Amino acid sequence: MSDERLKQVSAIRRAMIRPELGAICGTILVFVFFFMIAGDSGMFSPEGIQNWGVVSAQFAIIAVGACLLMIAGEFDLSVGSMIGFAGVVIAILSVQWGLPVWVSIIAAFIVCTALGALNGFLVIKTGLPSFIVTLAFLYILRGLTIWLSILTTRQTIIGGVKEAAEGDPLAWLFGGVIFKGFFQWLGDIGVIDTFTRGSRMGQPVVEGLPMLVIWALALIIFGHWLLTKTRFGNWIFAAGGDAQAARYVGVPVNRVKILMFMFTAFCATVFATCQVMEFGSAAADRGLLKEFEAIICVVIGGALLTGGYGSVIGAALGALIFGVVQQGLFFAGAESSLFRVFLGGILIFAVIMNTYIRRMITGER
Amino acid sequence: MSTPLIEMDSIEKHFGPVIALGGVSFNVMEGECHCLLGDNGAGKSTFIKTMSGVHKPTKGVMRVSGQETMFDSPRDAMEAGIATVYQDLAMIPLMSVTRNFWMGREPRKSFGPFKWIDFKHANKVTMDEMSSMGINLREPEQAVGTLSGGERQTVAIARAVYFGAKVLILDEPTSALGVRQTSNVLATIDRVRKAGIGVIFITHNVRHAMAVGDRFTVLNRGQTHGTAKRGEIKPEELQDLMAGGQELAELEGSLGGTI
Repeated sequence: MSDERLKQVSAIRRAMIRPELGAICGTILVFVFFFMIAGDSGMFSPEGIQNWGVVSAQFAIIAVGACLLMIAGEFDLSVGSMIGFAGVVIAILSVQWGLPVWVSIIAAFIVCTALGALNGFLVIKTGLPSFIVTLAFLYILRGLTIWLSILTTRQTIIGGVKEAAEGDPLAWLFGGVIFKGFFQWLGDIGVIDTFTRGSRMGQPVVEGLPMLVIWALALIIFGHWLLTKTRFGNWIFAAGGDAQAARYVGVPVNRVKILMFMFTAFCATVFATCQVMEFGSAAADRGLLKEFEAIICVVIGGALLTGGYGSVIGAALGALIFGVVQQGLFFAGAESSLFRVFLGGILIFAVIMNTYIRRMITGER
Repeated sequence: MSTPLIEMDSIEKHFGPVIALGGVSFNVMEGECHCLLGDNGAGKSTFIKTMSGVHKPTKGVMRVSGQETMFDSPRDAMEAGIATVYQDLAMIPLMSVTRNFWMGREPRKSFGPFKWIDFKHANKVTMDEMSSMGINLREPEQAVGTLSGGERQTVAIARAVYFGAKVLILDEPTSALGVRQTSNVLATIDRVRKAGIGVIFITHNVRHAMAVGDRFTVLNRGQTHGTAKRGEIKPEELQDLMAGGQELAELEGSLGGTI
């Protein structure tokens, strides 16, 4: 009989108590807060939305990779350095060596996912914590990036990628915008402001949906589907939850972990490529501190630092919170250094709430 | 007498200079519960790991259904129908019952290149198997961490049985459990045995062994002291054999005979 009685509660419980709950509450809180303090500053105009939307999407791209890796029980502290490295590889190959941009992009993806695999391989083979192994790569890759950049161009910023990428078939996939017609129409009917002067007169101020945002959405959907619906997703949870127990029932834990390191590196390279295409240049110091920002997004999103538990949707909301807070304080005209104070506060709030929710779900004590 | 499901003949296992097992013979028949008793350090874990393919024996012969066999990995043992339920490593508490139950063998549906877990089927089978073991789950998505220790062992046993285990090795399934949970697990063992599966029940608790065992083998300092049938041996004798027949006799006197 107690069975039936519990079932009635479970419908509400199941809807409410989920890993993302902390991040959902945080998102609502952050939006309400900025509606109040910056609602009339243009933050929620199409231009403003594009501004924090793009920043959030950048965070989301690296957060999806970090999230799946953390659930599989590992960290990657080399994400930031990987971003700088990938960018410089693209710039050197295309601008210095004169290779087509699409070749450079593919080469960067191959080199970086191979480095991700090396990270994973070292972690598995040595049995060292991934924290240490990837910390080493944080330094190694950053140093290599600066050295390579100075060696080939005698400077740490390599420009001219935009010119090289003109008409390139693959560059558009990272730096382009889509739905231009739709946004033009929105501009024509007055939903979006249009330029009133200059060469772009009549064009909408928001040209279209950046491919960066498409990448973020695609990675979020893919990550969420992979984690929650597929066999491989079950193995990700199992590898992080208890690697030995997973091995006993035949889960290829090592393969899962190495693949997740590669996926994290892939996400970092997507981030780097989008950034290089947007700025038209690569710089050796790009991506600084991104590894921690990615981890913060993931943790706000409800993932457990020690692995085995978490949500891609949560991590994506964490990225949204991060982006909105960072840009929102700028719109509100607040002192920009307060951003970190605010973020730290949200981090504590979200983690306390997440711990509480997780205990309710998992019966952890 | 039919052939044993699994037979270990004079198994020796050396780790460098240490002789962990010094000629252990053991077998289990269809539908019986064979208890392997031994104190801590007697070599029980080494012996289980040899049977389940984690270690290779240094000497001795292993036969599965009469066929001489050597396992290279736990995977091999599993494919031969030998499933091991480890005390602490049976389940992952953060994951749901369904996800745990199917871990490593998830049923899938596909559409074109896309494949995903058939959760509807997985959940239904999990619920059915659990209720046939006498556990009513609130929902198959509930985390294993919300189950009691006895229920976790039962999920692990149900999983092994569902995936076609012929021999079930249970590593101290009752040692961390309370009275009621222990009796639930013992009842599960009885149910599994009646389904024709050979159960190897490892424990150091004589009373738990006496409750369900058909035969008893005591392991002490890497050696067996023979096998006794149910009714041929008294609990006190088993206890003495486990401790090597020494100090315990005195101690038992002062404790009033119950350990």
